[in-house]
Amino acid sequence: MTARGIAQDVRSGDRRATEVVEAALEEIATHDSAVHAFTAVHTEAARAAARAIDAAVADGRDPGPLAGVPIGVKDNICQRGRVTSCASRILEGWQPPYDATVVGSLVAAGAVIVGTTNMDEFAMGSSTENSAYGPTRNPVDHSRVPGGSSGGSAAAVGAGMVPLSLGSDTGGSIRQPAAFCGVVGVKPTYGLVSRYGLVAFASSLDQIGPFARTVEDAALLLEVISGHDPLDSTSLDAPAPSLVDRLDEGVAGLRVGLCRDLIEGASPEITAAVAAAAEVLAAEGAEIVEMTIPELHYGLSAYYLIAPAEASSNLARYDGVRYGLRVDAPNVAEMNAASRTAGFGDEVKRRIMLGTYALSAGYYDAYYAQAQRTRTLIIDAFAAAYRSVDLILGATTPTTAFALGDKVADPMEMYLSDVFTIPTNLAGHPALSVPAGADAAGLPIGVQLLGPALSEERLLRAAAVIEKKRG
Amino acid sequence: MVALPDDWEMVVGLEVHTELATATKLFCGCANAFGGEPNTNVCPVCLGLPGSLPVLNERAVELAIRIGLALHCEIAPSVFSRKNYFYPDQPKDYQISQYDKPLNGIGHLDLPDGTRVIVERAHMEEDTGKTTHLGGTGRIHGADESIVDYNRAGVPLVEIVSGPDIRSAEQARLYAAELRAILIATGASDGRMEEGSMRVDANVSVRRGPDAAFGTRCEIKNLNSLRSVQRAIDHEAMRQVTLLEAGERIVQETRHWDEDAGRTQTLRSKEEAYDYRYFPEPDLVPLAPSDEQIDAIRASLPAMPAERRRTLVGLLGGSATESQADQIASVVDQGIDGFVTAAAATGVGAALALARVANELAGALSDGGVLDVATMVTLLEMEEAGEVSATQAKAVLADLVASGGGDPRAVAAAKGFEQMDTGALDAILDQVIADNPDEWQRYLGGDDKLAGFFTGKVMAATKGQADGKAVNAGLRQRRG
Repeated sequence: MTARGIAQDVRSGDRRATEVVEAALEEIATHDSAVHAFTAVHTEAARAAARAIDAAVADGRDPGPLAGVPIGVKDNICQRGRVTSCASRILEGWQPPYDATVVGSLVAAGAVIVGTTNMDEFAMGSSTENSAYGPTRNPVDHSRVPGGSSGGSAAAVGAGMVPLSLGSDTGGSIRQPAAFCGVVGVKPTYGLVSRYGLVAFASSLDQIGPFARTVEDAALLLEVISGHDPLDSTSLDAPAPSLVDRLDEGVAGLRVGLCRDLIEGASPEITAAVAAAAEVLAAEGAEIVEMTIPELHYGLSAYYLIAPAEASSNLARYDGVRYGLRVDAPNVAEMNAASRTAGFGDEVKRRIMLGTYALSAGYYDAYYAQAQRTRTLIIDAFAAAYRSVDLILGATTPTTAFALGDKVADPMEMYLSDVFTIPTNLAGHPALSVPAGADAAGLPIGVQLLGPALSEERLLRAAAVIEKKRG
Repeated sequence: MVALPDDWEMVVGLEVHTELATATKLFCGCANAFGGEPNTNVCPVCLGLPGSLPVLNERAVELAIRIGLALHCEIAPSVFSRKNYFYPDQPKDYQISQYDKPLNGIGHLDLPDGTRVIVERAHMEEDTGKTTHLGGTGRIHGADESIVDYNRAGVPLVEIVSGPDIRSAEQARLYAAELRAILIATGASDGRMEEGSMRVDANVSVRRGPDAAFGTRCEIKNLNSLRSVQRAIDHEAMRQVTLLEAGERIVQETRHWDEDAGRTQTLRSKEEAYDYRYFPEPDLVPLAPSDEQIDAIRASLPAMPAERRRTLVGLLGGSATESQADQIASVVDQGIDGFVTAAAATGVGAALALARVANELAGALSDGGVLDVATMVTLLEMEEAGEVSATQAKAVLADLVASGGGDPRAVAAAKGFEQMDTGALDAILDQVIADNPDEWQRYLGGDDKLAGFFTGKVMAATKGQADGKAVNAGLRQRRG
């Protein structure tokens, strides 16, 4: 059942939130021992929240657009009084004294947070294998990864345990796992969704976004979490967009760029799925234009300097002094080092070292500053592209879900699985992944739609067309 | 003041941190308050908790611009940067500061002696918490325990960096004092060095004569008073000269001023210096004050200390004695020169008003008292007109300040301060002379100091009700 359907039934009194939540808890009990999408299930709190929603309905009050809808929240989004650890040992047991803005928005909309979802440590990874809680498995094939870093959120929705979840996307961490798990994932325009309470990985790239089984549900959740937040200085001063109401307006008259640079290197089956999606859009009246944006090839290099640079600073605070893991040592500096050595996993350490190096005296200009110039180049290239097209179509990932352990030993190979998603984050633009069939092994394929800043409504409209014909 | 030997010259630049007098911290809504139970004045933002984000305090920006304008700085579009280094009192292990794009660029500060010191920049940043090291050595290396209070973390600061334009410790003290007076005048800071509202670091080097290249510098920290600024710089310059004359070289390092021992000692060497890895703070947007905003702030700035000192000298007729110059500096420094100008405007003699404000009012106010200008002016008028004696005026002032105001005439009347009639004063004066014949003879013989002796006796006999000027006149009249 969709989130929209649940909310409609609960609001009208046709169905009780308590039943909906019990059903979700049962699904989790049935599937999660194998999938391991959740790091914690908030059974009693979810039941209490559901009862409150039922009471509100009984009182004639409207609990909101997500009334009674069970939802999972990624382990890097602060939930007051609940462990929020970014799947890292260094934040083991840490309970924030405050809620992220999006968590407040969910609760205000009547959603019921049933669990916290697994992820790559500090959102660094593409497989959810870098987790202190152990890996999450792809719900379609348990021998494969769900993608990452929001693998738990994608798998929870993909396995049908919850209709909705929240993830975060810094270089593809929503779209790549959405593609691997056969669900819809949206990375919104930078600043559309508040980052307040999202534990930072790379502040200039991070953005919270929705996972859902349908485009409409993704639109519904995005509406709820969007809007200006005075607690986030980078929050856009724009009202939350109206997305659901215009979903069925189609794509007639839109110019869609079929971007070679976001397809080359993808598997033949994925390439074919992108072509098929283009045909669907064309059949619905869109004009398909073949195009190239060669600058996008520099995205991966720029990203792997900017994101680690910001991360090296953002993650400095995990020093054993105030919260999280502390390993005692004779003095403060040694305590810092011992705590960080024990608390961070290999991938996090790798990126902290990379970022520290990129910002160091004598190297800043060659690495960090050069990467920022490259970022500007990519922003300009996208701007030029959007003067001739309304949307861009490409692959979300080069491959479908790979096997657990396949790329753990080769970080560079792992990084390449985000090659198509990274440029969007550098530009601060929105993009989404929508299911578009499966490969011969039955593994889900996602196609990616990209648009200029604040084009979410247009992106979701096009995704709805693809979903209707291909999903 | 210490003179360096031979042709040695010291070169000094000062870095002054001032806390801004805002209601709340720089990036959150916590109160910007001194003291308090440790770790009570904190929130997720100033504790740097995971997921928290900074939001810039607009009032802090306004105060920082006030400082910039008062120092004739170029106000420029600016960017906050992160200064990365690990230290337990720094909640995020980076400090949000400004680096290559400070809010206030090049400006200057003119010392009372006419020297112009270039201000290279005056940028905004957040304060850290406070670490206390307990047991062992009592320093970060080798203490048994360290405890941290984050109440101060996130308090808004402006760091004002001077050029290497200062050439003596006395000049450095003057610069710090003048800057302090300017900060107070702008309303940006209370300038209290003892509470850490204003903190001074000094970069000191020496060279052989004004044409030689700059020497290797050392940075001196922990200068908690104007006196320690001067002492520490004198000591440090002499230490460097002594080393160089002995054929040794200066090692660039940060040194700690030990006020009790009267010397500086190594805090950390250049090799231990941090690589701060500055980069633009991605959680904040660039800060670009509009011309309209800058003009509005400029229009709201009061007169600065230099101009106010000139005003007082003008009221004195264009020149001041050395002690009047000190009084002027003191009342301007304390921001109470408005009492003098207001009194002068109603016809009270500027010298009298200046002396009373500098000597009597300043003391009363520094003990925490308050008094409005009009009340003080009335009291000065009464003294000027001879309605009360100087001694009586002081007593009335003390009463007024203690009760936070009131009607000076009513207070004088309540104390029984009436103008003593001449006949009564003459009688008392004659009696005092008769009781002290030896002193009177010496006075007649030309020992003018004894005038004070007789005045004191008369004051004692009249319980301070006599007018000192009338007593003096009586004494001179009797000597003939």
